[in-house]
Amino acid sequence: MELQEFISNFADQFEDTDASEITKNTIFKDLDEWSSLLALSVSAMAEEEYGVSFKGDDIRNASTVEDLYMILKNKL
Amino acid sequence: MYNPFSLSRKTILVTGASSGIGKATAIECSKLGASVIITGRNRERLNETFSELENEGHNQVIADLCETSSLQNLVTGIEHIDGIVHCAGITKNIPFQFATTDKLSEIINLNFFAPTELTRLLVKNKKINKGGSIVFISSVSGVLCSAPASSMYSASKGAVNGLIKGIALDLAPRGIRVNSVIPGVVETNIFEAGVISEEQLEENKRMYPLKRFGKPIEIAHSVIYLLSDASAWITGSNLLIDGGLTLQ
Repeated sequence: MELQEFISNFADQFEDTDASEITKNTIFKDLDEWSSLLALSVSAMAEEEYGVSFKGDDIRNASTVEDLYMILKNKL
Repeated sequence: MYNPFSLSRKTILVTGASSGIGKATAIECSKLGASVIITGRNRERLNETFSELENEGHNQVIADLCETSSLQNLVTGIEHIDGIVHCAGITKNIPFQFATTDKLSEIINLNFFAPTELTRLLVKNKKINKGGSIVFISSVSGVLCSAPASSMYSASKGAVNGLIKGIALDLAPRGIRVNSVIPGVVETNIFEAGVISEEQLEENKRMYPLKRFGKPIEIAHSVIYLLSDASAWITGSNLLIDGGLTLQ
């Protein structure tokens, strides 16, 4: 799993937020479109693409997209 | 003592009795005088429930209701019963775009096909006594409303809603009643493994006019009403127990 690929998959869950707005340093919970439903989408995406899922705490403990990537990487 | 909700001289089968609503239902049924047959997949946890049953004459059967042989085995071991409570079930919070047929099958298998087939086998083999009562633990989700990322769960409970009405008609000539309870969110460990955070749960609680989730024992008591002769003229209905959630 590469960081760039994860960022792209992460950005893919958004409708109104342009992919160019999302980088490894993006504080994703500050994005207007972020919601609990999006958190579930990100978790389902992780399961579908990488075979592991996030728990509620994982997403709560992450601040940037890269944090999330690292959490996921540690589960692989 | 006068008690129209008594279950004495009744034998009640409770599925999903290892935890949550099933566990509470089994224990409360035993306290109201029923002989209880409990089933679950986890031997250790099922045994825990078994040890908490009051009075004598109970049984426990380890069974995976999604396996045909396991189901057959359970049905063969049952002589006659007066009630079934279908508590075994799962929930998955998955946004619709990720709701693949495989994931949907897993939920529908346990929430819909398993209780349907168990009921059918018990009916076909004439194991349910006249005056019997079948209760499905359904949900407000899928019958009156849904929730984000709950389409698959709602679909399974919506299917149960249709099923109980049809079975209620088919079994009425045998004097067997079929109903469901449709709770709002109940505090069970069905959430423990989930992706939903504590904050999210607190926020969800505020949606309830009574400002909290339900307790397993409260669902158990509504089930007991439907099992008892106090509800002898009720069939094909959904008993709403939701802290006022669907009022607004």
